[in-house]
Amino acid sequence: MAKIIINQDRCKGCFLCVNFCPKGLIKKSVKLNKQGLNFAEFSRRGNLNKGGIPPKAGDLTDCIGCMQCVVICPDCCIEVDK
Amino acid sequence: MKKTFKHCQSLYDLPTHYCPGCGHGIAHRLVAEVVQELGIREKTIGIAPVGCAVVAYDYWNFDCSEAAHGRALAVATAIKRVHPRNIVFTYQGDGDLAAIGTNETIHAANRGENLSVVFINNAVYGMTGGQLAPTTLLGQKTSTSIEGREKKAHGYPLKISEMLALLPGVCYIERVSLHSPPEVLKAKRAIKQAFENQIHNLGFSLVEILSPCPTYWGLAPKESLDWIRDVMQKEFPLGRIK
Repeated sequence: MAKIIINQDRCKGCFLCVNFCPKGLIKKSVKLNKQGLNFAEFSRRGNLNKGGIPPKAGDLTDCIGCMQCVVICPDCCIEVDK
Repeated sequence: MKKTFKHCQSLYDLPTHYCPGCGHGIAHRLVAEVVQELGIREKTIGIAPVGCAVVAYDYWNFDCSEAAHGRALAVATAIKRVHPRNIVFTYQGDGDLAAIGTNETIHAANRGENLSVVFINNAVYGMTGGQLAPTTLLGQKTSTSIEGREKKAHGYPLKISEMLALLPGVCYIERVSLHSPPEVLKAKRAIKQAFENQIHNLGFSLVEILSPCPTYWGLAPKESLDWIRDVMQKEFPLGRIK
């Protein structure tokens, strides 16, 4: 099972990853980061509308590790654990 | 659990100064990954342009030089001739390569200099405030063409890649885009090809990258990618030109 780690303080909030995640696992945060922007947040399950649950270490997730978010992120904020 | 992606050594782990959704961040990473994969980091010399990417050398962990506006290929020619074993590439935007630097671009290509060029085409002048560039599409609104580009007043979008493909000294020209993850991977392959051509002394290679500029297109980041796919690609068709 894969998991992505988003560097939240570097995220500029373009949300390209949100648009390209085939499982809808990334969502816009409610909180603000150091730059004062909403950032992209990883949620464990693909319920984009209800807001996901943040993953804990070792949790099973719906993430398939397709790396599309990594490839499209302009700021190299995302790392993938597979 | 194993990390499948992390920062490569050729790219400093730094936040960039680009706007949210800007294609420069992706293009910088692709160049750094290609340099890393080819194992040429210690002999690569990059030439930064004038434009949004003017401080690209702050982000790349290899030797770089700055050039006067539009003169990156003239500087690159000199560096390549003095250090023929080094890999020299320029990274230029459309205002740099296709406007003020058209002269240098055409003559460097015509001499068949053994260089690689990464050409970022975002159809506006990004750094100076979104003015009309030679590559701006007909009807596209910019800060100096508020009614949209008109052919009578401003002429037609300049297709520099097709122009250069006519020259015998040029060995490789490809137009790629950054509008979706698969296209980004194709762009990386094209950049790699351009670097490999230089390693094998084949001549002048240019990769034109259609890159989003959400700020001066007045679109959200995702909409700007859709605009490349739906509108810009019609004027600048993707694929290998030479």
